[in-house]
Amino acid sequence: MPVNPELTDRAFAPTAPYLVGREKVREFSRAVFATAPMHHDPEAARAAGFSDVVAPPTFPIVIAEATLQQLLAEPDAGIDFSRVVHGDQRFSYTRPIVAGDELTATLRVTSIKSLGGNSMVTSESAMTDASGEHVVTSVSTLVIRGDDS
Amino acid sequence: MSLLDGLAVGQVVAERSFPLTRDSLVRYAGASGDFNPIHYRDDVAAAVGLPGVLAHGMLTMGFAVQPVVDWLDARGWVSDYQVRFTRPVVVDPQLGAVVTVVATVAAVDETGARIDLTATVGEQTVLGKAQVRVTPLAG
Repeated sequence: MPVNPELTDRAFAPTAPYLVGREKVREFSRAVFATAPMHHDPEAARAAGFSDVVAPPTFPIVIAEATLQQLLAEPDAGIDFSRVVHGDQRFSYTRPIVAGDELTATLRVTSIKSLGGNSMVTSESAMTDASGEHVVTSVSTLVIRGDDS
Repeated sequence: MSLLDGLAVGQVVAERSFPLTRDSLVRYAGASGDFNPIHYRDDVAAAVGLPGVLAHGMLTMGFAVQPVVDWLDARGWVSDYQVRFTRPVVVDPQLGAVVTVVATVAAVDETGARIDLTATVGEQTVLGKAQVRVTPLAG
């Protein structure tokens, strides 16, 4: 089944708010070899001008995961997850994420292309804080391998 | 001294090697919530035609920027970061894998700088178009 081209017109509901916890930031930081003190020590983060520990640059992928599940759960999406490969990824920030942030992500499928039997689905998850201000947008391209590849 | 003072295009600002083991992949799976078994089960990786258990692309993206973060040392922050996943990183159950990252200044302007990353395993690059925008922190 090919990827449904009408996904780009679809409106997705915002995800439930994700509360960024200090220990989650520390755990994720350890997993990506992020050893800078501001990721672990609230005092070091405050000295750098932040209210609490700062999440590493790729942390939003934890929150984007919820929007990916929304996309895969669309019954007519035509996306076979066992054939999905992550093609590229980008994070564009307005400000860093800190522990205590409550982030809501809204998914939008921005493009669907076919290339050599594969489909490339680009989507973005725009994340806003509790006051509705933009924090970061995660843009992912998934490559769905065709049946013959 | 400001982050951008004296920064020159072509200057290598950081370089670091990351030894990965299967433990690294399990730790990242737990921290990120990505439990795709191709990142920890040899039988599943083989069944879908992969050369072995692979590191999560997002793990590689995650640590590849850390030399830049350490170099910034709270003088600035990463305001934009993008990569292409061009080649999978196979992590041997006994030998693991070593990914080497080199961070080079690609452009400097009044509000920040672009740092380009190369990430290699042996002679082969594993990330493409790996670009980091760094923005100075006020104060």
